[in-house]
Amino acid sequence: MVPLTAFLIVAALLFCIGLYGALARRNAVSILMSVELMLNAVNLNLVAFWRFNTPAQDVGSGLPIGMSGQVFAVFVFVVAAAEAAVGLALIIAMYRSRQTVIAESADTLKF
Amino acid sequence: MQTVDWVQWLAFGILTLLTIGSALAVVIDRNIFHSALWLLVSLFGVAGLFVMLSAPFLAAVQVLVYMGAIVILIIFAIMLTRRLMGLTEALNTQWWVGGITAIVTFLVIAFVLFQAGQGANPILVREPIAALNGRGVEELGKALVDPAQYALPFELASVLLTAALIGSIVIAREDQ
Amino acid sequence: MNWFDVNNLLWLIPIPPLLAFAAIILGAGRNKTLSHVLAIGGIIISLLFAWLVVARGLAFPHLGHADGVFGSSITWLSNGTNGVGSGALRMGVFLDPLNHVMLFMVPLACFLIFIYSLGYMAHDPRNTRFFAYLSLFASAMLTLVVADNLLLLFVGWEVMGLCSYLLIGFWFEKESAYKAAIKAFMTTRVADVIFMIGIAYLWATTGTLNFREIMFNATTMQSLGSTPALGGIFGPTAAGVIGICIVVGTIGKSAQFPLHIWLPDAMEGPTPVSAMIHAATMVSAGIYLIIRMYPVLSAGGNPAEGIFTGPMVLMAVVGAFTALFAASIAFTMNDIKKVLAYSTISQLGFMMAALGIGAYTAAFFHLITHAFFKALLFLGSGSVIHAMEHGEHLAHDAAHGHDTGHEAVALASAEHGEASHPAEHGHAQEAHDAHGAHQDTVVAHSDFDPQDMRNMGGLFRKMPVTTWTFVIGGASLAGLPLITAGFWSKDEIFAEAWAAGTKNPLGLVVLIILALAAFCTALYTMRQLCMVFAGEPRSEAARYAQHYEPRTRANRNVSAQMTAPLIVLAFFAIVAGFGGINSGFWGLGAALKGIGIDAPFGHWVGQSLLAEPEHIAFNIGPVIISFGVFILGFLLGLELYFRRPVIAESDPIAEFMGPTWYRLISNKYYIEEAYKRYLVRPLTWVSEVLTPQLIDRGIIDRFLNFLAYAATQIGNFIRAFNTTIIDGVSDGIPEAIGDIARSARQIQNGRIQRYLLYSLIAAVFIGANVILVALASGDLVRAVWVIEALAVILLLIFFGPGRPAPTSGGAD
Repeated sequence: MVPLTAFLIVAALLFCIGLYGALARRNAVSILMSVELMLNAVNLNLVAFWRFNTPAQDVGSGLPIGMSGQVFAVFVFVVAAAEAAVGLALIIAMYRSRQTVIAESADTLKF
Repeated sequence: MQTVDWVQWLAFGILTLLTIGSALAVVIDRNIFHSALWLLVSLFGVAGLFVMLSAPFLAAVQVLVYMGAIVILIIFAIMLTRRLMGLTEALNTQWWVGGITAIVTFLVIAFVLFQAGQGANPILVREPIAALNGRGVEELGKALVDPAQYALPFELASVLLTAALIGSIVIAREDQ
Repeated sequence: MNWFDVNNLLWLIPIPPLLAFAAIILGAGRNKTLSHVLAIGGIIISLLFAWLVVARGLAFPHLGHADGVFGSSITWLSNGTNGVGSGALRMGVFLDPLNHVMLFMVPLACFLIFIYSLGYMAHDPRNTRFFAYLSLFASAMLTLVVADNLLLLFVGWEVMGLCSYLLIGFWFEKESAYKAAIKAFMTTRVADVIFMIGIAYLWATTGTLNFREIMFNATTMQSLGSTPALGGIFGPTAAGVIGICIVVGTIGKSAQFPLHIWLPDAMEGPTPVSAMIHAATMVSAGIYLIIRMYPVLSAGGNPAEGIFTGPMVLMAVVGAFTALFAASIAFTMNDIKKVLAYSTISQLGFMMAALGIGAYTAAFFHLITHAFFKALLFLGSGSVIHAMEHGEHLAHDAAHGHDTGHEAVALASAEHGEASHPAEHGHAQEAHDAHGAHQDTVVAHSDFDPQDMRNMGGLFRKMPVTTWTFVIGGASLAGLPLITAGFWSKDEIFAEAWAAGTKNPLGLVVLIILALAAFCTALYTMRQLCMVFAGEPRSEAARYAQHYEPRTRANRNVSAQMTAPLIVLAFFAIVAGFGGINSGFWGLGAALKGIGIDAPFGHWVGQSLLAEPEHIAFNIGPVIISFGVFILGFLLGLELYFRRPVIAESDPIAEFMGPTWYRLISNKYYIEEAYKRYLVRPLTWVSEVLTPQLIDRGIIDRFLNFLAYAATQIGNFIRAFNTTIIDGVSDGIPEAIGDIARSARQIQNGRIQRYLLYSLIAAVFIGANVILVALASGDLVRAVWVIEALAVILLLIFFGPGRPAPTSGGAD
């Protein structure tokens, strides 16, 4: 089995790539896409940890395997979807009023 | 099981390459439509990794929701904000600082991971698959609707989703 | 209380003239008759009270010694128990033999002068004011006479000084008059300051100023006489210092050398004033003072043995010198009143010198007799001047051919604005000048001086009564033997000087000088008499001079008012001497003793002293001197002035002395010029230049300006300090904060990616530090943190947010 660390490294890498994209891209949609990458990295993390740290059977109580990791990942999906929807709606609204999707031009909330 | 180890490593390597490579392409490609497509590929790679991690349901959900809905949504948004496609610089003014920061972040995380791996108690490897076969989805479902477990968050998540979607409709609506 | 009790009556004596003064000044002055009534009434009441007291006092033959004295007093400044010598001050009156005699003479003389003034000042427009001042003067003199302590005496003294100023400058329009008034006041003031110091010192030493308490107390006198003054710094005793101060006071008031300069100039006042001031009252007050204070002046010495104290020597020297000095000047004076003025100074010198050699009784005797004959002489001279003026008017009227003297006078008087006196015109020449421009354009009067004896002559025929009274007065002054009072008093002085001369050479010196002065006195008196009355009139005015005014309703009493006092005074000028004849005198003395008059004056006055002065045995020597000087002077005067007719322009004395001496003496030895140059001018310089310009403007003003300048500079400095430093700091801090804020807020540039970057960097930084802390040792951790801090600071400095650009956006 591939060790946990490998998966975590992959997730970290994915996360940092997404981070770079969120920091460096001009287009707001690109930023959103980068954010999706980051969320996926998180998901990967969660599932990896679930796979490697959840016991098969609780020896003492005999309860079945915990699904917390997967549940968490499901919720991340949900939230990601919601956030993507809202974010894109915002982008479209901004595009409508300002004719631009460049994140840098949304700078009126400044000093 | 040593015998199929190299197969796992091979699969892991291919999937990783796929994921990371297309992720890089997402953030590097100037053409935003292309980045969206690369995103698709990256997400697919992630789905593959989910499968490797014995979470096939999540892989399916990933394909359905992420690749099938969210990225489509993104493409719709790209289409709707099409005017500036391909005409501008892809990177903003702080791209190199961002790059350095991202690299540093990764280094820090990697360092921690390696330190953790060296410790007294390395991360254990489980042998769960047999117990989960065929019943992972069922357990997931049970966990989601079991009031003792995650029923409330499940309901809240659905509320959240509803609100978000309604909100986005409102925001993206044409002014009347 | 019984107001006719002598103790209380004494209080009343000075009051009536004071009330008259107040009444006239406050309102009655508008009505001439009322003012006259008040003034004359006041002095008459004082006279009656005074003579009542005198009469009552005569009932006590041992007044002063066994019978004590009359008197009463009120404590006005108490000090503890108010006992004798406690320092309490009392105001009171008393009667002892000394002021008993003064109370006889002073009111009488004042009264006579008042009557005379009615006539003399009849036509003066400020008549009522004159009587007011005169009343005040009389009141002050009487206060001085009845005073029982030195302070009240000093009060009277000073009020008299004021009145002399007011009266000398009565015709104040005339420059010489007001200048003379100021001179009189100033000169006496100088002396009075020193006198006051003496009073203060006396009070400090003995704790009292009452005459009886000081001088009838043997222990006090002894301590005064032996205590060294002021802790022994100077040589003299306490009594010596006090005495010298008092003598200086008298030198000023009685016009002795060197403070004699005011008296001749005081002749600017009306003649009754001269009589009052310079004969009867004021100058006598000075001599009265030293006679009164004689025990203090002689304390420590023994005049009977010829031991004279400091003050006595001072008196003897100054008095004798003044007597001769003034007599010598009197020769050269041509103004009738100036001669009398110098004569007064000279006679006062006699009195002072007499007291200086211990002739207590003789000095006082001479004071009394002098008062009478000098007043007589002054009033007589007033009549003469009056007559000369009449004569002058008549003369110039006649010269211009006016129909009648009356009409001419009427015209002239109409020009003078005196319509109410149609026929009379009796201003003194002094009044003419006082009223400014004489409107009479016919003849200029200004160069005719009715007082100049060279214009007189032959007035004997015109005014016989005046002439005879004047002659009597002059004879008394010169010392006509045996008949006149002046002889007896002068003779007594010589006798005392002779007796003192056997014990102390000072007495002999005094005797010689006084004898010379007496000779000069006789000579100048003869000169005056002959120039004025004898011979032929030397000017038109003298020819027309008449004393009798044409009778009108308004003037019917004027001449009588002016003549009657002369007669009364002449009587006393003769008779007053007989009370002081030495019982050892040949013939006359024995005769008087037979009828019980044994030098009553001496005995009487002697009782005012604790130790009665020794009775001088009769000696023929002084008598010969008295006779001798008189005869010599009389004969020489007769020869120079009577036998030969006096020519107006040349004076035999002048030829006798030679031009240099004559010029020196007739300019009064240039003393006044010396004073002017060496005293007045430097003092004027001090007050006009030194104090206002050099000190006030130069030093004080400069200093104050400098202070102001310094304060202004300090203010400027503080202002600059405030502006630059305080404001700089207090404005600078907010500015700096503002600058920092303006710089710092550049961080918020509105771009979310930048924010994300910031938080990411922070998170990574913190994370790295956490790892560092967890994994590395303390030293490494610390070192890394230092490096991190430095790096942060450097980054902030070089890459920190800069100033905002004018346009939006300010990323680095």
